[in-house]
Formats: sequence, structure tokens, C-alpha cells
Amino acid sequence: MTTLELPSITAEQPSTLADAPQWFTDAQNAAWQTYLDSPAPSRKMETWRFGELKQLDFDSFTPAAFADSQDIDVAISGLDETSAQFIFTNDSLAHAEADLPDGVICLPLEDALQQHPELVEKHFMKGDSKLGSAKFAALHKAHLSNGLFVYVPKGVEVVKPIEVYHILAGDKLAIFPHTLIVTEANAKVTVVDYFKSAGDGAGLCIAMNDLIAGPGSQLNYSAIQDFNLSSKIIQINNTTAERDSNAKAFTLNIGCAWARNESLSLLSGKGANSDMLSLNIPSGEQKFDQRTFQHHAAPHTFSDLLYKNTLYDKSKTVFSGLITVDPGAHFTDAYQTCRNLLMDDTTEINSMPGLQISADQVKCSHGSTASAISDEEIFYLQARGIHPKKARQLIARGFCVEVIERIGNEALEALVLSYVDAKFATIA
Amino acid sequence: MEISDTTIAPEIDQDTQAAIDVDRATGDFRFPENHKFDAGYGLNADTVRYISNVKKEKDWILEFRLKALDVFESKPMPTNWATDDLNNIDFDAIRYYLSDGQQPKRSWDDVPDDIKETFERLGIPQQERAFLAGVEAQFDSEAAYSNVKEALSKEGVIFVNSTEGLREHEEIFRPYFGKVIPTGDNKFSALNSAVFSGGSFIYIPKGVKLKQPLQAYFRINSENFGQFERTLIIADEGSEVMYMEGCTAPKFETATLHSAVVELVALKGAKIQYITVQNWSSNVFNLVTKRGIAHEDAEIRWIDCNIGSRLTMKYPGVVMKGEGARGEVISIALANDGQLQDTGAKMIHAADNTTSNVVSKSISVGKGNSTYRGQVHIPKHLKGCKNNTECDALLINSTSRTDTYPAITVRGNQHVTQHEASVSQVSEDMLFYMQQRGLNEGQAMSLAVNGFINELVREFPMEYSVELKRLIDLEMEGSVG
Repeated sequence: MTTLELPSITAEQPSTLADAPQWFTDAQNAAWQTYLDSPAPSRKMETWRFGELKQLDFDSFTPAAFADSQDIDVAISGLDETSAQFIFTNDSLAHAEADLPDGVICLPLEDALQQHPELVEKHFMKGDSKLGSAKFAALHKAHLSNGLFVYVPKGVEVVKPIEVYHILAGDKLAIFPHTLIVTEANAKVTVVDYFKSAGDGAGLCIAMNDLIAGPGSQLNYSAIQDFNLSSKIIQINNTTAERDSNAKAFTLNIGCAWARNESLSLLSGKGANSDMLSLNIPSGEQKFDQRTFQHHAAPHTFSDLLYKNTLYDKSKTVFSGLITVDPGAHFTDAYQTCRNLLMDDTTEINSMPGLQISADQVKCSHGSTASAISDEEIFYLQARGIHPKKARQLIARGFCVEVIERIGNEALEALVLSYVDAKFATIA
Repeated sequence: MEISDTTIAPEIDQDTQAAIDVDRATGDFRFPENHKFDAGYGLNADTVRYISNVKKEKDWILEFRLKALDVFESKPMPTNWATDDLNNIDFDAIRYYLSDGQQPKRSWDDVPDDIKETFERLGIPQQERAFLAGVEAQFDSEAAYSNVKEALSKEGVIFVNSTEGLREHEEIFRPYFGKVIPTGDNKFSALNSAVFSGGSFIYIPKGVKLKQPLQAYFRINSENFGQFERTLIIADEGSEVMYMEGCTAPKFETATLHSAVVELVALKGAKIQYITVQNWSSNVFNLVTKRGIAHEDAEIRWIDCNIGSRLTMKYPGVVMKGEGARGEVISIALANDGQLQDTGAKMIHAADNTTSNVVSKSISVGKGNSTYRGQVHIPKHLKGCKNNTECDALLINSTSRTDTYPAITVRGNQHVTQHEASVSQVSEDMLFYMQQRGLNEGQAMSLAVNGFINELVREFPMEYSVELKRLIDLEMEGSVG
């Protein structure tokens, strides 16, 4: 048998993106060096406390861009009405259609780099990864070959959502999707990222999304992660909310053997508002690791985080959240809530909700709870003729709906709920 | 007497002086020293042997100490999560053992006026003031202590220092010594294990319920209060004891490092309450490891109040080992300029139907920083464990800082945990309301702060709570306006 020797994503420097501007090539070269120079996460790092370091052996993965992009057919349920739709298969653009207002730029990153190099440069990966995966953010940057760039100019509103599908096909392949969304003053847009496997191969996805909400703008972002159960994902989200803007990021995790989410919101201007939402339904042996950071750098800013985990079987979640209020960021409201519903006796949760407050006139709170469904609740529903198994599912569903309702887009909420129901259906 | 550098005895050379006076604010005073036993500066195996030799310890204790020294040297500073200020501890500039005459020979006249005034305002009795100022000659607690001792020994209570405990009552204390907090628990518990001296070893026999609290400062006065004291309290089945550690201590504490280990063992149905009011001077690193094991239906409560020190790192813990055990930590911290109060609680559930409760209130004044760091651990296969954690922080000035870092691990679904934290400040309206009724701003602020911690202060015995309130009043002075 002959095997084709494919390069490992960790072994040698990937070739940089062809036809990209010089600054981007330089950035990719520098990122590779950063990746090599950065220390590997260790037990000693607070950002990896309770984390699964053994998941971080990526040596056997090959960039998917090297693999044949054969015809891949995978059914994904999306929204009925969209203003643009992009499908990337193994980091290559497979399909694109868009019907957008004038002035809106919505292009694969490859094309955006050629057509709007300055605009991309201004916003591309400006934030640091402070939540533990700086090394993998560098790896992402070095391997980056595609993604989506969305730019909404001043005062423009994109009514229907933009959909982006990231499909991973094949075994031991890695993709590095990137979503960069910029809304200028008073603009409005909704973007949905879907992550999905074609087949049962073990894939790796190191995804990043940068959300930059300009003054008074509204930026809504949702990610639906539905990879197969042998895949892994590291998803890094960086949100910057400028003056009077509203940034909302939602993540649904139902797939993957191991998923690590790092979500950072920087509130940089007065009146900025950031909603950080996440819904996680791990089952079987799934392990989800969530790290969040609400950084209030300006006065009169508001952030609200709600993470809900519904755990089945032998699944495990880690939640580590931090609110930092800088000196001078007075009159800040920052809330952080992590709720865990334990559906089986073999589940494990780790919760580390943290606060760092250096300002005055601040309203901050965090809460973390963990508990099972009480017998009274089941009894109540049973008394009304509902089978206990069904009753448990109803309550778990209701628990999830509280997060979904905050997405603020009915069609999208219904879609997310359908994913949740599909997940519940797989749980015996 | 005028307080100045000239009061230093001439035999103390420049280096020594520098070592004693690390980070000392002006206005503090110094005193001549004369020690019969002095292990010198720095720490090595000889220092440990010297200490063990002076104490005429058995071989196993020396071995225990030497092993601990290895552990101490091999462990890194925990600066990956803790403050970098730890790197400012100069282990070579510390004297690890002083005895006989270690009690500073001071006279009441040596005590600076501001300290006298503090005592005056705290309403501490004259005798106690002298003790608190470290004026040994004027404080005669031996008699009182002897009385207590006699009454206690009638009931079979053993209340001795660590040296005596391990020498005279080895069969009682050895099985638990170093078992609740193993040497390798952390760098500072290892340090303590290597050089410990002083502290209390207490045994309460079955069914004995002590009505009077045992107080640490009897022990301190009759025995040298080392900077590395070691306390082990064993409450046998069904017994009850309250222990109070009064380090409402000298502003002129020369030590730069205080690193104690306190181990509590509550056997079936026993109750232990351990109360600390910590008011070290603001140049002391206070790095203390405290943990208790609660067996079946036993209860351990830590009531912990931290007002002094430059850096306090203290997370009292309870391991609930027997079914129905209860653990509780009630913590008050006040951080003023230059202080970091890094306190919290550790609740380890190791049996079914165990309950733990943590209530922490912290106040940050000026540039003070107070931190809550907690751990709650509920492992697999347990049922019916409950934890409640509440931390409230009050920020007084715009430069004040507060951090909260809890960590909660729950395995299995038959438990209930909840954690809540809030951060707030004294509202303008509240101050205005009180000022309208004739209080000045400072008084109003003090009243508000005392109100904030009032429900916890009630947990302290009367004399402590009165003292605590006054201490807080003092700290709050000049914090507004």
C-alpha cells in the first residue's frame, strides 16, 4: 500500500496565501514563528485549569487545503431567507451567492485581501488571545487560507442574515475558518456560521471570528457547531464594541468530542453593550471547555453573559469567566451567569466565574449554579399525564430556550431550536 | 522616650538592621534584642537541625522537618495564579528561630503614641494593651493561664505548645500531625513544616463541651510566638471547642513573613469553631494554610477576619469526610492602601449529604485590593451534597479594587451548588441621608461599612466584634472626602 506523505499542521510552515498583499504574507510568516516560540499550554496555566491538555496533540492533522476537494454532499438545514450564502468545503469556496445593499462588502477573505487590502489590514486580528490559546491563534493565522469578510458601511442595514457554512470532509484534516465582521457607524448585520462534518472522519477546526461593532451599530453573530463526534474545535471569538454599539455573540455547541471556546468582549466606548450567549448540550463523552472575558475599558458600558449547559451521560464542561472593569470605567454594569443542568449522575462541571473590579459606581454580579431536575418538577408533569422521560426532556428544553430567546431573531431562534431538538432526539 | 533609629542597640550592625527593617514605614520603632537561641539568618538543613536540636526533638520530627525543607526548596512560587509580590520575600533575610528572650523586651514607654492612642480608642484593657504592644514584663497572664489550664486538665483537655505536644503526647497528636495538611500541600506549608515552632496542640476528649473559648494569646505569651506556628486541634467524638486566635497584633511586628499551618480534626459529631482576627502591621506577608477534616456529623467553622498585613493569602478549608459533615467559612476582609487581602475558602466534599457554606464580605478602601478565591469540589458517586457561596464586595474609593475567583467542580447530578457574588459601593443617597441627620461624611461611611458586615460580625464573640467594629472605624477614617 502506498501512502501519500502529507504535511502535519504542526511540523512545517504552510505556504502563505498566494496573491495576498505583502503585509499579510509577513503576518503569516510571523505567526508561524510565534506559534513555534509560544509555550504549549500547561497544567500551571490558570487558563487551562481543569482543561484537557491531552486534546492538544495536533501532530497527526493535515491542512485540509491539501486534500482533494471532491464533490461533497452534505445536508445542512439553514434559514429560509438570507441575504447571502457562502459554503466553504475544506477551506475552499464551493458556493457563493449574495444579494446585498450597495456598499456592503461580503467576500471570501482571499478576494477581500486583493480587492480591499487596507480595509482588511485595519481590522484583521487586532486583538490578543488572552484566554489561553494564543499559540493556536498563531497557528490559525499561519494556516489561514480562507474565510469571510463582511463590511457594512455607515448607516446601512442588512436585513436578512448572511450565512456561512464551514464543511469539514475527510479524516485527520484540519480547517482554519476565519470570519471578520465590521459594522461602521449605525450599521446593522446578522451573520450565522455553521460548522458541520461530511462523514465520520476525525477533523480539527481552529476557527476565529473577529467582530468589530462601530459606533451605534448592531452586530449579531451566531455560531452553530454541529461537527461529528470524533472531531475537535478551538473557536476563538474577539468582539470589540465601540461607543453606543450593540454586539451580540451566540454559540451553540452540540457536536465535537472536544470543543474549546474562548470568547472575549472589549467594551471600548461609552454606552457600548455586549451580549455573550452560549448554549451547550454535551452528551456521551463530549467535553466542552469555555473561557470568557468581559473587558470594560470605558465608563457607562454594559455586558451580559449567559452560558447554559445541559449535560448528559459522561460529559464534562468547564466554564471560566472573568469580568474586568478597568480603573476609570465607572458606571459599568457587568453580569455573568453560568447555569448547569445535570441530567445524569456521571456528568462533571467545573465553574470558575471571576471578577476583577478596579472602578467605582459599578454594578457587577456573577452567579453559577449546578443542579439536577428536582423530583417535584417531574412529579408535577407526571401528574398531568406526561411520561417522566418526556417530562425531563421538556424541562431540559425549557432550560435551553431561555438562552435561545435572547438571540433576537425569530427565524434564527426557530432554527437553533430545531438543532437543539435534533440533539435531544439522539439522546436516549 | 524619643522613637528614632538611635534606639537601636549598637551591637546590631547595618546588615542586621536592614534585615529586620524590611519595608518599614517611618514612625515605627525598634528595640534591642538579646536571644539565647538564634538560628541565624537564612534557611538550610543546619538551620532545621539547630531548631530540632534546641527543642530536643525525636528523630522522626527532625526527619519530617528535613523532608519538608526539600519540598519547600523544590516547589516554585505559586505566582502563576498568585500575586508577583511573593517574589519580594527574601528568604535569606529571615530568621527562622529565636528563643528565650525572643519576646521583645520593651517597656510601655517605647510604644509610640499613635499605637497607644489606637489601643485607647479600641478600648483594649490596660493589661491586654501591654501584651499587644509586646511588653512582656507588664503583662502577667501566667496566673490566669494556669487557672485555665487547671480547669481544663480536670476535664482531660490537653492544651500545650507544639514541641510539648509532640514530645509528651505523641500517641495522640502524631497520627494527625501533618495529615490534614500534608507537607507538600504548598510551598508555605512545606516551609512551616521545616521550621515550625510555637502554636497550640489541643485535644478535647470525648463528649467534653468547653463553654469558654480557648484563646491563643495565653499560649503566645507563655510560649514564644514564632512566625511559623503550628496548630493542631483534635476534637474527639461529640466534643465542642471554640478557639480564638487573637493576632490583633503588634504594629511593630518585626517579622516580614508569617507562615502558619493550622490543622483541625473533628471526629464524629464534634464541633470546632476557629476564630481569627488578623491585624498584622502592613509590612507582613501573611501566608497561612488552614484546613480541617470533619468526620461523620461533625462541624467545622472558620471565622476569619483579615484587616492587617501587606499580603494575606489564606483560604481556610474543610474536608467533609464523614456523612452529614458540615463546613463553614465566614470571612471578612478589609484592604487599605498597599494591602492585598487574598482570602477565600476551600470546601472539599468527600461523603454523602455533606453541606458547606461560605459567606465572604470584603471592603476595599483607597488603593486596597481584596480578592476572594474559592474552591468547591464535589467528586463522583456522592449524593446530596450542598454548597452555598456568597461573596459581596464593597468598594469605597474609585481607586479601590476587588477580584473574585471561585472554582466549582461538581460530578454527578444529585447535588446542589450555588455561587453568587456582587460588587457595590456605598451610594451617595445613603451618605446624604445620614449626613442630613447630622453625621459627618466619615461617620456616615463608617456606619455604612459596619452595616455591610454587620450580619457577619455578629458571628464573632462579643469582645471581638466590638474590637472589630472599632478597628473598621479606624481604618475608614480619612477614606472619604
